[in-house]
Amino acid sequence: MSKQPLLKINNLSTSFRIGDDYYAAVDDVSLTVNENEVVAIVGESGCGKSALALSIMQLHPQERTKMAGEVLFNGKNLLSLSVSEMNKVRGKDMGMIFQDPLTALNPLMRVGQQIEESMKNHLQLSDAEMKKRSLELLNKVGIPNPERTYMQYPHELSGGMRQRVVIAIAIACEPKFLIADEPTTALDVTIQAQILDLMRDLQSQMKTGIILITHDLGVVAEMADKVAVMYAGEIVEFADVSTLYNNPLHPYTRSLFNSIPSAAHGQDRLHVIQGIVPSLKNLPRTGCRFSERIPWIDSATHEEHPALHEVEKDHFVRCSCYQHFHFPKDAEDLKYDIS
Amino acid sequence: MLKFIIRRFLVMIPQLALLSILIFLLAKAMPGDALTGSMQANPNLDPKVFEELREKLGLNDPWYEQYGRWIGNLFQGELGMSYIHKVDIADLLGDRMANTFWLGLVTLIFTYLIAVPLGVVAGRWNESWADKLIVGYNYVSFAIPLFVFALIMLFIFGFGLHWFPIGGSVDVTVEKGTFAYFLSRIHHLLLPAITAALLSTVGTIQYLRNEIIDTKLKDFVKTARAKGTPEKKVYSRHIFRNSLLPVAAFLGYDIVFIIGGSVFIEQIFSYPGLGQLFISSINQRDFSVVNILVMLFGFLSILGTLISDIILSIVDPRIRID
Repeated sequence: MSKQPLLKINNLSTSFRIGDDYYAAVDDVSLTVNENEVVAIVGESGCGKSALALSIMQLHPQERTKMAGEVLFNGKNLLSLSVSEMNKVRGKDMGMIFQDPLTALNPLMRVGQQIEESMKNHLQLSDAEMKKRSLELLNKVGIPNPERTYMQYPHELSGGMRQRVVIAIAIACEPKFLIADEPTTALDVTIQAQILDLMRDLQSQMKTGIILITHDLGVVAEMADKVAVMYAGEIVEFADVSTLYNNPLHPYTRSLFNSIPSAAHGQDRLHVIQGIVPSLKNLPRTGCRFSERIPWIDSATHEEHPALHEVEKDHFVRCSCYQHFHFPKDAEDLKYDIS
Repeated sequence: MLKFIIRRFLVMIPQLALLSILIFLLAKAMPGDALTGSMQANPNLDPKVFEELREKLGLNDPWYEQYGRWIGNLFQGELGMSYIHKVDIADLLGDRMANTFWLGLVTLIFTYLIAVPLGVVAGRWNESWADKLIVGYNYVSFAIPLFVFALIMLFIFGFGLHWFPIGGSVDVTVEKGTFAYFLSRIHHLLLPAITAALLSTVGTIQYLRNEIIDTKLKDFVKTARAKGTPEKKVYSRHIFRNSLLPVAAFLGYDIVFIIGGSVFIEQIFSYPGLGQLFISSINQRDFSVVNILVMLFGFLSILGTLISDIILSIVDPRIRID
């Protein structure tokens, strides 16, 4: 161990109450983010990646959420902090960029006020200093006319501009760590590229550690240093970007890559992963969670309690079924009961 | 803004014109007229007298002539005479309007004083026992008919405990213009106002509660928490402000209530206001009064929506009117 990691998640489980029972949306996740490192978390909708992000920030409604494990941030376990102690960390040491810039801003507050709120919470600055800093921030995130935007309401800005404001809010107190929860999903493609450029610039300037949550493998390739692939609340594969892209092993990761439409190969049919992500309530609690979506693979190849195996240095894969995985050879393989 | 208001007032003209024709026709379509009822039932009066009277009062003319006469007078500020009370309608309305206005205003203040805190508590701590109690109160207050509840209140606090007078708007023995007169008016107002307020909170409470529960889950609230904003401020600055918008918008409609008055409350507490006048005028077929009152209520409703729009444009930056 050369240095202490910025964020270290140990066996984190987050369960939500539905009716009288708790169901784990994040199941036994361990993850490390170092300074100046971008860790991407990918997976399809409902796989628990946003739940993981909100767990780190502890933004889940407390009365319906149970969390177990450890989230060590600068050596401090965030799960053991009280709400007011956590409030001192949120916004100051860690910021969050939300998915939908159209709803992430308070419609009744001017942009300037919303940026300054974070500084008011954490820094002792005069009004003039806060304004100066806000204008600098707006400038930094590429807003063409900071003075004007400072006085505007969110609805007066375009989606891309709003996302820049959301980023400005997240970095207002220069946190060492950022969580970006699908920061480009709600934007159109050209704006996506701009926002990604902006985030990369900021990251290299500020040396922040970032958890980037996305389901866009293109974004991952562009931004991330390491990738964790999540399925049904678990990390199924973890590796650095080049390893994962060159040598994906877990059936789910391979299926994801295979589902990317490619212009180069002249495919006429797109690979589709059969079935859907099991809902939180119907999650199989034992065995390989991905098994029911690859029914043509012999069930004996799955482990009973799938564990993460380090198949090469810093490359982890869950369950042993990857050794026997192949894509369906013909249509016969796909004929099975989806329900 | 000014342009918008002027335009809305201009739109009001055809609306009110249509309303006036409808009112007039509907009033005419009601069986009987000002001379039926107690007068006509008197066997000592010759039916011919009534015919002459009807001719004299213009009640036999075609409706458009009667309407023209009425609307023409209205434009000259002549509200006409009450058939029953034999006084100028303007005089008839004056005092009652003031009575109703004060009763309405005090009722409204009590309503919001009760409803806003309860709505906030129920919304913020929803599904707590406090919320369940408040929602329970909502069901009860929504289910009890006002006239039953008013009678119970009158019986307990007026008749039984003698805390409040059981009718009227002021003690007649007190001299007008003195402080005691003012106190007496307040004293007469309180019981009907509290009674009405206790039953009219349901809309505001429910609206506010649901709005808060909704707003709590919005993304910008997460943004606020992610900034490390203390919970208290998350509520006061982000959740409550956004949740109060629809409630603020309703304020405009309340002006109708303030002046329109409550028919039941005024009737049961024998409080001389417009609502009471409205009912008795209908019962006595006093068309001239009914028409004027309905016109007034119609005008107020339209005005209320305008005021609501203006309030909303002030509190919500997304709504710009120009």
